[in-house]
Amino acid sequence: MKILYFAWVRERIGLEAEEIALPEGVSTVADLAAFLKTRGEGYAHAFENPRVVRAALDRRHARPDTPLGAAREIAFFPPMTGG
Amino acid sequence: MFTVRIQSEDFDPAAESAALTRGRTDVGAVVTFTGLCRAQDAPGGAPLIALTLEHYPGMAEEEIGRLIEEARARWPLLGATVIHRFGRMEPGDNIVLVVTTSAHRGAAFEAAEFLMDWLKTHAPFWKLEERADENSWVPAKDSDDEAADRWG
Repeated sequence: MKILYFAWVRERIGLEAEEIALPEGVSTVADLAAFLKTRGEGYAHAFENPRVVRAALDRRHARPDTPLGAAREIAFFPPMTGG
Repeated sequence: MFTVRIQSEDFDPAAESAALTRGRTDVGAVVTFTGLCRAQDAPGGAPLIALTLEHYPGMAEEEIGRLIEEARARWPLLGATVIHRFGRMEPGDNIVLVVTTSAHRGAAFEAAEFLMDWLKTHAPFWKLEERADENSWVPAKDSDDEAADRWG
């Protein structure tokens, strides 16, 4: 699955994008965030408060309990501040 | 005509507004909103040097397209143009444009405000502020969520 990071999530992790194989038992957006949080210091910092990290699945806003299903792309980012 | 453009270049609000009304006799109301980069948020604060807008390419267009569909389901719009810039902007520069047209002003005003309120909380853009002392990501405002929520 392709994972994209934006704004301070991207800066803390130090990557714009990466490809990962979903581990067993990871089936929702929240599961994936919890798994990513264990992957190192930058990830732990980015997901230190998972409630403020938003996600989009195949370019549509998703909630923590949204199933990953057959999605090809997921993005994690802070609350949006455009306009 | 319904249009979304995500671009780094500046835009011309008057030209965009004229493009939605040219040759038409059914448009009775045009509302044009332009959001600009401002230098100061609070009196006494360090002035802003520049803003850098980061966005999620692809999703930004799609999400604003969905917001326009939602606006069309709620109001009898004849046209809408939304332009959002990305990249580095200095105080005084244009950031975002919303133009709506309708037969009557109520729909055009309300739809323009709805689009701006929802765009701020749904469109994937993030502002990085550059000041003399530091660079920092702009935190989301509760007041923006409240403004979007009031539309139900």
